[in-house]
Amino acid sequence: MQRTVLVATTLAVAAMVGSALAAPVDYKTPDEVAAFKPGPNFEAVQGNCTACHSSDYIATQPPMKDKKGFWQAEVTKMIKVYGAPINDADVGKIVDYLAATY
Amino acid sequence: MFDRRDLLKGAGFAALAATLNSTKALALDTVTLPFGNGERPLLKYPQKRPMIGLTSRPPQLETPFAIFNDGPITPNNAFFVRYHLADLPYNLDPDKFTLEVKGKVDKQLKLSLKDIRKMKATEIVAVTQCSGNSRGFFEPRVAGGQLANGAMGNARWRGVPLKTVLDMAGVQAGAKQVVFGGMDGPVSDKTPDFAKALDLAHATDGEVMLAYGMNGEDLPFLNGFPLRLVVPGYYGTYWVKHLNEITVVDSVYDGFWMKSAYRIPDTPDNSVEPGTAPKATIPINRFTIRSFITSVTDGAKLKAGRTTLRGIAFDGGKGIKDVSVSTDGGKTWASAKLGKDLGNYSFREWKLPVKLAAGQLELKVRATSNSGETQPETPRWNPAGYLRNVVETVRVSVA
Repeated sequence: MQRTVLVATTLAVAAMVGSALAAPVDYKTPDEVAAFKPGPNFEAVQGNCTACHSSDYIATQPPMKDKKGFWQAEVTKMIKVYGAPINDADVGKIVDYLAATY
Repeated sequence: MFDRRDLLKGAGFAALAATLNSTKALALDTVTLPFGNGERPLLKYPQKRPMIGLTSRPPQLETPFAIFNDGPITPNNAFFVRYHLADLPYNLDPDKFTLEVKGKVDKQLKLSLKDIRKMKATEIVAVTQCSGNSRGFFEPRVAGGQLANGAMGNARWRGVPLKTVLDMAGVQAGAKQVVFGGMDGPVSDKTPDFAKALDLAHATDGEVMLAYGMNGEDLPFLNGFPLRLVVPGYYGTYWVKHLNEITVVDSVYDGFWMKSAYRIPDTPDNSVEPGTAPKATIPINRFTIRSFITSVTDGAKLKAGRTTLRGIAFDGGKGIKDVSVSTDGGKTWASAKLGKDLGNYSFREWKLPVKLAAGQLELKVRATSNSGETQPETPRWNPAGYLRNVVETVRVSVA
């Protein structure tokens, strides 16, 4: 089984690497390994944030002294700058979750 | 099917297998970058060796720093990856790929990859570096991709000068800037699409290149296959990947990624008092000068006596005149021997035989360019975490 997979995928990758002018690329990224940590209002975060980016965007942010201020600014940026369609009712929930969990 | 031990045993195989095996996590191992909250997975992507994973969607991968000790050229499979927006052209067809040249030109062009490859090719060795490379070391910390020093790389790029293509199209009088767009885009149509602009004089300097080749191969997919912009000496944000749209405009382009993002303080050294906001900003542009020790890692235990230190240096295009090294925390400095000159935009290798005394030592390295630019002793700060180029210090125990 392992050998078969190895040969098949090696060929697939080799074909892709060598495809200057050939078939479509069909590049496959590995599955996402990161997930949001459990916490209050988890659903609001899961529903609003993951449409555009993986959760590691949040998990890798630096430890800040003013967590609430930091995450409020980030959520505001996502809405105002990047056009995240987040309901007003969810904004506070998301900020609270992020400040409590990360 | 595969447990973690298998993954660790055969990293390359395991990662290949995992692309077919959609149920298993892919972290081969973890690394801890030397700042708070610096733990990262080591991930294997197609066409890449295990890389430091920053984010998975869109993919962002950092080069493990040890690779910079292997030589002045960064291998394609170790080259860092940075995207902004998650809709990548994963299934692009190179046979159907076209580069469109439009706007204030006499003749609009639609060039296939074959058309571009038939044109007279040029090559240049040049570093690209993420604007936020080393952001994780900022104090106070700032939001954004928390990178150590591995979001940089040096490659031999092959392609055609942008000038050739613009000349073919015929830039019209009154043109001011050239705008570049790639095939990757936002998930939501409310998110500003990624586009960057260069002044016309810069775009037509003969050095800015449309590159299809990287170190003798096609561009890896995650580095912009099949065509990317190469802007020697400029931060990576301008090196638009999957480049398929060039628009000549008669104004200063005011899209989000130029007007609001990737801005640096408009102060003499482009920094502000840590923790404060700049009054005025300008678009980020050329690299600040940097140098690194690559042969010794921070915290290493070394034997007293003679050894040779090695590393790399680069700047925004003037070229490296001198690299000086201190083994006593900056009290005394000695000039290193510079390696082969691959051009002013390349990493320049350096080496220096030193005699290490026993004790806790601070090794430091400082480069100076042909224009006299050098590195500051204390870090400059700006709210976006760009331009870091403080004199690097490696702490070692010598016995």
